[in-house]
Amino acid sequence: MTAQTQEETPAAEPAGPAEVAVARPSFAARAAAFAAGGAMRVFLVVVALFWLMPTVGLLLSSLRDPADIAATGWWKVLTEPSQITFESYSKLLETEAITDSLLNTVMITLPATVLVVVIGSLAGYAFAWMEFPGRDWWFLAVVGLLVVPVQVALLPIAELFGDIGLFGSISGVVLFHVAFGLPFAIFLLRNFFAEIPRELLEAARLDGAGELRLFARVVMPLGGPAIAALGIFQFLWVWNDMLIALVFAKPENQPITVALQTQVRQFGNNVDVLGPGAFISMVIPLVVFFAFQRQFVSGVMAGAVK
Amino acid sequence: MTSQSTGGVRTTPPAPQKIKSVTGTRKTVAVVFLLPALVLLGALVVYPIGYSVVRSLFDQSGDSFVGLDNYTELFTDDGILTAIKNNAIWVILAPTVATALGLIFAVLTERIRWGTAFKLIVFMPMAISMLAAGIIFRLVYEQDPNRGVANAVWVGVHDTFNESSAFPKAHPGPRSPLKPAGGGAFITRDPVRAGDPVALPLVGVAPDQMPDDAAKAAKAKADPGKVTGTTWQDFTRGKGVGTRGGVDASEFGYPGMKVEAVKDGKVVASTRAGPDGVFTLPASADGAQLRLPEANFREPYNGVQWLGPSLITPAIIGSYVWMWAGFAMVLIAAGLASVPRELMEAARVDGASEWQVFRRITVPLLAPVLAVVAVTLMINVLKIFDLVFIIAPGSVQDDANVLALQLYRSAFSEGQPGIATAIAVLLFLLVIPVMLFNMRRLRREVRR
Repeated sequence: MTAQTQEETPAAEPAGPAEVAVARPSFAARAAAFAAGGAMRVFLVVVALFWLMPTVGLLLSSLRDPADIAATGWWKVLTEPSQITFESYSKLLETEAITDSLLNTVMITLPATVLVVVIGSLAGYAFAWMEFPGRDWWFLAVVGLLVVPVQVALLPIAELFGDIGLFGSISGVVLFHVAFGLPFAIFLLRNFFAEIPRELLEAARLDGAGELRLFARVVMPLGGPAIAALGIFQFLWVWNDMLIALVFAKPENQPITVALQTQVRQFGNNVDVLGPGAFISMVIPLVVFFAFQRQFVSGVMAGAVK
Repeated sequence: MTSQSTGGVRTTPPAPQKIKSVTGTRKTVAVVFLLPALVLLGALVVYPIGYSVVRSLFDQSGDSFVGLDNYTELFTDDGILTAIKNNAIWVILAPTVATALGLIFAVLTERIRWGTAFKLIVFMPMAISMLAAGIIFRLVYEQDPNRGVANAVWVGVHDTFNESSAFPKAHPGPRSPLKPAGGGAFITRDPVRAGDPVALPLVGVAPDQMPDDAAKAAKAKADPGKVTGTTWQDFTRGKGVGTRGGVDASEFGYPGMKVEAVKDGKVVASTRAGPDGVFTLPASADGAQLRLPEANFREPYNGVQWLGPSLITPAIIGSYVWMWAGFAMVLIAAGLASVPRELMEAARVDGASEWQVFRRITVPLLAPVLAVVAVTLMINVLKIFDLVFIIAPGSVQDDANVLALQLYRSAFSEGQPGIATAIAVLLFLLVIPVMLFNMRRLRREVRR
């Protein structure tokens, strides 16, 4: 806010009628505003550095030799860049447990994302444009499920999966993610689909499009932005999950988060595994995040305020 | 950022007036479109709620009905009570701090050209997993100030205000001219004379612990008007090598060692030794005893035990705030963009200070957004698991316990499904108000 005063001050000279009324601030007042603006900028820079530091710390640690890590802090690299080595990364990427778990993460995340989008779109469309008894009540019930904590389902579903032979499998993990992603998906897509102009759908209908065709050729393409936001959201949520996989995936099906988690117990001796491991697991989410910032933010916004 | 977690409070876009099916759909088609979703939701979300409610009324083996005993246990078992207490701290502290920071950042960056870059930096942690964030902060909180940046900064600040010592292990050797003076200081047995160089030999500093600027010790030159002397590491490797009490060629001075001249308990002069251990005191030190004060030998300050039992919960909350302040910031910034400018401008024209504008106009106008953010974060924090599981070392996990972690332990490592489902029901009960709030508001909008 202080920046504002500072930026407005010069405008007081050839200003429009509104500003003429404002008395020109004294030199002292302008100096104070300028100082405050400067102080605020410094503050923000400090905060930004502070926010970056934890991540940079682990990144630099992951680029150091275990012996160096044990001896000194990661900030030593800043003065001795020669310490940087990719050894830990190449060693880790040769570890079968890690590459396998990365593959598992992909095998869990992709179907869980696609299924949520497809199943959520079908239901969202039905809630938006089809008529059946109690439609709004059903939709309301789905919205009610938005806030159900996943923890509530861990034990019951573990037993259920045990009974039907899904426990430990990748399909079980995927199904769980899909089920808990659906309320948000249906909520988001129903509201988006409801905004599609009626004429568009009616026109397609008159051209003789069947329900499925209408859905696939008109509704889905028009729903692009919402589907993108939902897809990115769900992708990041599943990719980053640890708890659900920790409970439902057996060791050979565990994703990278669970594989790394087992190493955390001896943190001190394992920084050379955990550092690069964490970054390898972060690469895809960060790429997705930076590439699709806008969609991600709009997904976050849809989740809270409009 | 999970779909579940952001489920806090939502608004719908205005629903079109009474949507009529464009297609005149047969009900069977609607059923086909809805079936996959309803089956999954029914089996994996709704059924577990019912199962948990019923299961929580039975004992751990599931054979006999015990009524509310499992719930009583929640509030009598010390471990679970700690979890409840910690959860309360979490729910109050984390959303408040994250929302407050988000508000400050949103307001400050509003008019800054690089505001977007700043927001990106603060928002970025939202994209990474709690596991990665946990690993990142495990390193930040490492106890050793040479590894954990939190303690490195803390110790740095501490040492700026408190003298750090370079020679914690140094002490006089046998038959030394120095004797203990109490409190860790050492003092010469005899008064010193100007013009008569003093030797203050000590031993006990490991070679790799010597300060980097230590130079070969030198004999102090006699100066009739001054008290001079050397303080050094009187030790040469190898048996019987080097003279005890005398400066030998391979021995190093104690740079920065503080030397005080004391007369009748009063410090009359003081100085620090140079790299070669030589120090010079003015003539006023003549006849005084020389003391090496305790500050020279203090154990180095080792920082705060962030991951110890007493600080563990605030420390983990810190990592949560790091992840989620960006979420609050982005939502609040969006709310800020829709606040009418005229009000603020008018207040400024009327001579309101920036603080008054912020306090009396910006914050009240943003109140609905702030509430939404805080409630969303509370729901999210209620089921916090990963960060605690990762950051808290095994030995303090009991002190850092939260409900979701206790649920996981009860269900999968302690074999107490009755307790686990009771915790699940408790968590569910706690989100019901928000659930009803969501549904009520939506019903109004759908019906409009």
